[in-house]
Amino acid sequence: MSDAVDGPRPVRFRGGGFRPVSVRGVGVVVFVLLLALIEWGTRAGWISNLTLPRPSDVAATLVALAKSGMLWTHMAPSLTRLAVGSLLGVSAGIGVGVMIGLFSYVRAGLVPLVAALFPIPKIALLPLFVIWFGIDEGSKYALIALGTFTPTVVSTYGAVDNVDRTLVRMGQSFGLSWWSIVRKIVLPGALPGILSGLRVSLAIGIILLVAAEMLGAEYGIGAYILQAGSLYDLERLFAGVVILSVLGVLTSWAIGRVEQRMLRWRV
Amino acid sequence: MDLTLDHITHRYGGMAVLDDIVLDIPAGEILCVIGPSGCGKSTLLRMIGGLEQPDAGRVLQRGPVPEDCLNPLTYVFQDFALLPWRTVAGNVSLVLEDHGLPRARSAQIIADVLARTRLTDFHDALPRQLSGGMKQRVAIARALAVNPAVLLLDEPLSALDSQTRELLMEDLVALWARQPFTGVYVTHNLAEAVRLGHRIAVLSRRPGRLRDVVEIDIPLPERRAGMPELEALQTRLWDLMKEEAMAADQELLHV
Ligand SMILES: Nc1ncnc2c1ncn2[C@@H]1O[C@H](COP(=O)(O)OP(=O)(O)OP(=O)(O)O)[C@@H](O)[C@H]1O
Ligand SMILES: [Mg+2]
Repeated sequence: MSDAVDGPRPVRFRGGGFRPVSVRGVGVVVFVLLLALIEWGTRAGWISNLTLPRPSDVAATLVALAKSGMLWTHMAPSLTRLAVGSLLGVSAGIGVGVMIGLFSYVRAGLVPLVAALFPIPKIALLPLFVIWFGIDEGSKYALIALGTFTPTVVSTYGAVDNVDRTLVRMGQSFGLSWWSIVRKIVLPGALPGILSGLRVSLAIGIILLVAAEMLGAEYGIGAYILQAGSLYDLERLFAGVVILSVLGVLTSWAIGRVEQRMLRWRV
Repeated sequence: MDLTLDHITHRYGGMAVLDDIVLDIPAGEILCVIGPSGCGKSTLLRMIGGLEQPDAGRVLQRGPVPEDCLNPLTYVFQDFALLPWRTVAGNVSLVLEDHGLPRARSAQIIADVLARTRLTDFHDALPRQLSGGMKQRVAIARALAVNPAVLLLDEPLSALDSQTRELLMEDLVALWARQPFTGVYVTHNLAEAVRLGHRIAVLSRRPGRLRDVVEIDIPLPERRAGMPELEALQTRLWDLMKEEAMAADQELLHV
């Protein structure tokens, strides 16, 4: 023991960590392993085919769906709904969020309103939207728009609040116009927060898309999943779920790309 | 452009911060302002720059503004205040963009101020790639770009290490020697004050009153670190400030 105290010892390393780096491929490996496990289980019989479908069958269903052209028949309306609805919701949300961040009266007036809207399960409002905006696409756009609007507002005004005020003072001290300060200092400074809020908003948009389609649509991924579910057709149900997951991953990836391009200045 | 501080008094809530400050700042001269922590130096500077309004008194500017001056009263901030998403040139260009200059003219101004602050090679670097001293040089370049009548510097060197500070002080002196500007230079550091100030205003502890104004006759370019005259002045300033600083320190304990 004593020479452990007296002799030279290397200092124990205790830094590091708390800084996630991107590790390529690990996500894919986890995915593949999980699928292989299920495939094995369903083939070996310790997962009954009433519990989970066989992944290879789901894949076959997807391929068949794509070949028959029905995949696109379902995807096209869903993507349109998601794009239109979330574009409306997100742009209105960013606009209102920036206004809340900049103007005391807007903040005082709208923050309680947003807080009141946020926790309402938007899907509960669908019947109302059907009356307001019609049974067709209008009500679905409105539902997705409202669902993406509230989280976007909250993350945007938080991001604007977090913009370094000394930068704003700097802009004023050089006599920049109000509009220049907003455009060149406040908005770029708020962009990281706005983009990370966008991830949440778009995921909520996908959830609402499916919910709306389940309640009434002839075509769309939600409708497809609902049909499969009512027939207890697990392969098709899971094929629908896979499409949704891919959609989620794709939107998240797209935002990641935008972040990489526009936030290159961050460390 | 001359500045006159005409009986400036200010309070934050119930707390008096500045009390009846009267000062003249003639054109082409650097006035250093020293005083204990919390005595209202930054507040005073914000008032001179029009970023805050005094409760009583006025800041007056007299005389013509240089012809191609885009922003007469220009700040240099202690923490640089650079936009992290803009390059060095972009940060300088920010303060030119609102003035509708022809593109070639602003490119020429940018190249000129970057050359004067020895940053030409860092034209396209982002602030995060620069050291503290270089960041402050960018901030100085940005301030020079608008060709200010008065430079307002709030502890511009405080965030830097002492070697960098020494170098930047020489840079500031060289810039002044090349083209004398009016400056108000707030600092904690007596060595900076005696190197850069034609006059040094000493403020008392809060509420800040003008205790004394010390003049230094030695021309800026001839001053060197450790000159006996400057050392003596520094001691004199410290004697003036010591009691105030100690009392200010005590007060903080009783808040
Ligand atoms: N916006 C504000 N609202 C309320 N009090 C303030 C505000 N700004 C400054 N103060 C107070 O006014 C006093 C003077 O502040 P100021 O920043 O001008 O001091 P200072 O001399 O620059 O101090 P330091 O040497 O630490 O930079 C301080 O006690 C500070 O707490
Ligand atoms: Mg200060």
